[in-house]
Amino acid sequence: MEQDVTLKITDREGKLHKILAPTDMAMNLMEVVRSYEIAPEGTIGICGGMAMCASCQCYVKSNHQLPEMSDDEDMMLAEAFHVEENSRLGCQIQITPEMDGLEVELAPES
Amino acid sequence: MITTDILIIGAGPTGLFTVFEAGLLKLRCHLIDALPQAGGQCSEIYPKKPIYDIPAYPEILAGDLTDKLLEQIKQFEPGFTLGERAETIDKQEDGSFIVTTNKGTKHKAPIVAIAGGLGSFEPRKPPIPNIANFEDNGVEYMIREPELYRNKNVVIAGGGDSALDWSIFLTDVAKSVTLVHRRNEFRGALDSVDKVQELKDSGKLTLVTPAEIKGITGENHVTGVVISKKDEDDSILETDHFIPLFGLSPKLGPIANWGLEIEKNAIKVNNALDYQTNIPGIYAIGDVNTYPGKLKLILCGFHEATLMCQSAFKRIFPDKKYVMKYTTVGGVDGFDGTRKEAPKAVVKKIE
Repeated sequence: MEQDVTLKITDREGKLHKILAPTDMAMNLMEVVRSYEIAPEGTIGICGGMAMCASCQCYVKSNHQLPEMSDDEDMMLAEAFHVEENSRLGCQIQITPEMDGLEVELAPES
Repeated sequence: MITTDILIIGAGPTGLFTVFEAGLLKLRCHLIDALPQAGGQCSEIYPKKPIYDIPAYPEILAGDLTDKLLEQIKQFEPGFTLGERAETIDKQEDGSFIVTTNKGTKHKAPIVAIAGGLGSFEPRKPPIPNIANFEDNGVEYMIREPELYRNKNVVIAGGGDSALDWSIFLTDVAKSVTLVHRRNEFRGALDSVDKVQELKDSGKLTLVTPAEIKGITGENHVTGVVISKKDEDDSILETDHFIPLFGLSPKLGPIANWGLEIEKNAIKVNNALDYQTNIPGIYAIGDVNTYPGKLKLILCGFHEATLMCQSAFKRIFPDKKYVMKYTTVGGVDGFDGTRKEAPKAVVKKIE
């Protein structure tokens, strides 16, 4: 479908998944990962998408302009493990047409 | 030994509502939960967040939902074993089960209902390679016995409420308290942040920010931690205890070894009938179970709990005749002697 965008997601085992994600379903990156079962159920999106756990942490590899970090996300990442400069919480990244070609890698489970 | 009719593992919304449905059938319940309070995720992760899909509540805070459920089940006098994790299950010759917690508390019931959500909440452990060697030898992920720290040097890591609150508390007990956090900002309650500032200014607490603990030194017991600060060489801070407080995350845990069929980190159940697992007498309800079309919603957990209780009743009393009664018709008789019922119609003649 034309409103779909392509995402490149590297899973926790290092395998690359090139997938299509809809922009008209109000989905965020964490939900897309779950819908494709790129990470096992129960290991991602534990808080449901409230930026209150860090189970959907990912590293952003491409130069996309991402939504600014909320205080909630910022403080959650301050307490998460394996955090890098390019860490974001997948649940806080909405899938919009601007996200086409986004490349991310899932952070280790913790 | 605690005995009951239905032993519920998990005191989240699904587990709590089970007590109500069981109570209508005159079955008693006891709940086990690893957390020190009832409510599960609703009270541990998001008590102040609203939920919009509880039928008849256009909006309700997760913490309030827990309170309402506790109020609704009060007359059925549920028992609680809180702060303990269900560890093992043993089937008895009479068909009942004995569930033992990590603290050795034993519970016996003919029916076990696992309402465990995503699992029991366990402390999140920082990825320090040798940390496991020091667990209970200077590394503690939760503070059970504050006296352990009397006149000791203590390093606490974390930036949330528990890190702040324990840092404040331990300044009165320990020889020294150092709080290490990756940011200069803390997200705890404002009072706690102010109090830590005050203790820092008066020299009663050392704050090391922004910094991270990357290693632990010592032979058999912690003697120091390796502190890493951006653009600086790592340094070793001598300490007797290191307490990482990074919150809790749910893990399926010991339940995974109970011989139940597991799929996608959840317990497979028969959704065509009664949410029973592959072991007769053990049910799984709420977020912890899976079946075709499963949705992890509180309202689905309520439905599953209701059907499960009917099935449990038939297992306990296979020969007893029974039909479901509406609460409006039958009222609600509590085990505490209270009775709720619809008011009788008022009949009055018109002259």
